[in-house]
Amino acid sequence: MTEQINIPSASTSAQQRHTATPAAPAEQVVRKSSFWRIRGEISRRSAWLLTVAGLSLPFVVWWLWTALGLADPMFMPSPGAVLERIGRWWTSEGLVTDIGISVWRVMAGFGASALLALPLGLYIGTYRPVQAFLEPLIDFIRYMPAVAFIPLVMLWVGIDEGSKVLIIFIGTFFQMVLMVAEDVRRVPMAQIEAAQTMGANRGEIVKLVILPSAKPALLDTLRITCGWAWTYLVVAELVAANSGLGYAILKAQRYMHTDKIFAGILLIGLIGLLTDQAFRWLHRRAFPWMRK
Amino acid sequence: MSDAKIRIRGVGKTFVNEQREVQALQSIDLDIQPNEFVTFVGASGCGKSTLLRIVAGLESPSRGEILLDGKPIDGPGVDRAMVFQHYSLYPWLTVMQNIKFCRQLKVIRDTVRNDSDVETAAGRADALLNLMGLTRFADAYPSQLSGGMQQRVAIARALMPKPATLLMDEPFGALDAQTREVMHDLIRHVHRLEKSTILFVTHDVEEAIYLGSRIVLMAPRPGRIDSIYEVPLPAQRHQDMKLSPEFTELKREILARIRETSGMQTDLEQLAKLSAVTG
Repeated sequence: MTEQINIPSASTSAQQRHTATPAAPAEQVVRKSSFWRIRGEISRRSAWLLTVAGLSLPFVVWWLWTALGLADPMFMPSPGAVLERIGRWWTSEGLVTDIGISVWRVMAGFGASALLALPLGLYIGTYRPVQAFLEPLIDFIRYMPAVAFIPLVMLWVGIDEGSKVLIIFIGTFFQMVLMVAEDVRRVPMAQIEAAQTMGANRGEIVKLVILPSAKPALLDTLRITCGWAWTYLVVAELVAANSGLGYAILKAQRYMHTDKIFAGILLIGLIGLLTDQAFRWLHRRAFPWMRK
Repeated sequence: MSDAKIRIRGVGKTFVNEQREVQALQSIDLDIQPNEFVTFVGASGCGKSTLLRIVAGLESPSRGEILLDGKPIDGPGVDRAMVFQHYSLYPWLTVMQNIKFCRQLKVIRDTVRNDSDVETAAGRADALLNLMGLTRFADAYPSQLSGGMQQRVAIARALMPKPATLLMDEPFGALDAQTREVMHDLIRHVHRLEKSTILFVTHDVEEAIYLGSRIVLMAPRPGRIDSIYEVPLPAQRHQDMKLSPEFTELKREILARIRETSGMQTDLEQLAKLSAVTG
């Protein structure tokens, strides 16, 4: 609707601009500079309103759908029923334990992956021989589906905690190495050469130039791969788990508890959103020099 | 002349691509005296930046050698600071931290022996900041500065370790005309003050004449020295000289020579045909 109103008004104001007097009506200028300009700015308030609207839209549709009785509650529970389920899960079905164990698994897999991927990616991105030696191999492994490793992981590691962490690790590590290497390669050559002409040695260049220069991109890589770690959680908890959010979702399917499936998915989404926001907050705090 | 600061002897550079070999520099011979200000001009592809990068030690020559104070150059060193066209500042450091960057490096720390050296160094950083007119911006980040100010920080940072030789690769190429003029007088001032040898690459002929005591004109395909001009201006320079007859005559001569060597003359007949078609 707004588009239909905006397009003619934009073209008329463009026409007027050709014959323009300097004292063109300010109102029109404001209208033209707003919503649909390519990469235009919007006010903080409109940004917030749109965010809230975007987040609540699926919930409103969902609520209407169930409230109008368009869906069988067996397959599509109402938002109220799901909320109620979360409450029950919290009070009597050990939600805190499930969240705790899942967060632990994700963080262990993600942490181990980061611990290895950061130095390895730094080497690949800094030294061409290391890149030639390792990058094609990692590229190859990256295309192997992590899920397909489950039988092997069960045979090799068994069915305890280690196997779940390992699957999350396999799912994130190889992507992460390549992304870290790319972040490191993006450090401008002029920054490195400037240090060289001031007499810096290799170690100093890595420590004083490459690392600090790549840090913001590295934190972004961690933020994105942390999201991927969460997507491998459910897969990891396929492996003979008896606790955790992913396991709860899988078990709920067996008993046709669709409300619990919904609750589990929403909770994982919510935890993911919170982690993401935490990373973004950290990014703003840690790199004040990026602000214009 | 055995007391040359830099002796370039038969230096050639061939870049090898997947498909073909490109001869960036054929065979360069050039002596540069201590405290000389030499500017390099030439059509694009003449290898002037490559030559500067070889002197800096950032590239190695395919043939020939460069002697610095009689010793062959092997890699970059703190005695030859380089100022790049852009993107060389460290955006995560403040202006002052950028200028003092070299103080963290082992080569510099090894030369600092006692407290008075540390004090002198701190004083030098302040003096450079002052010279560049950046005192008020000591704690600002590069992203908060204009392009001209950023280049002044880059120059101050390069001067910090007291390099005997200053290499500048189109350092003002991205700046507007007014800012450039200010920078020209600034760099002439630095040259007098620090008694450094300066090699300055530019595509702006006026800049080359105003700054240099000698101009090396290079020609492309393959990259080589075409001619060398002595600049008939006194050591003390000011902007009005750009309008003097000697200045404009030299400018005309150099511009004409660059056009001749560039191999990119505009073909007026072709242009006429083109306008006949489009018109």
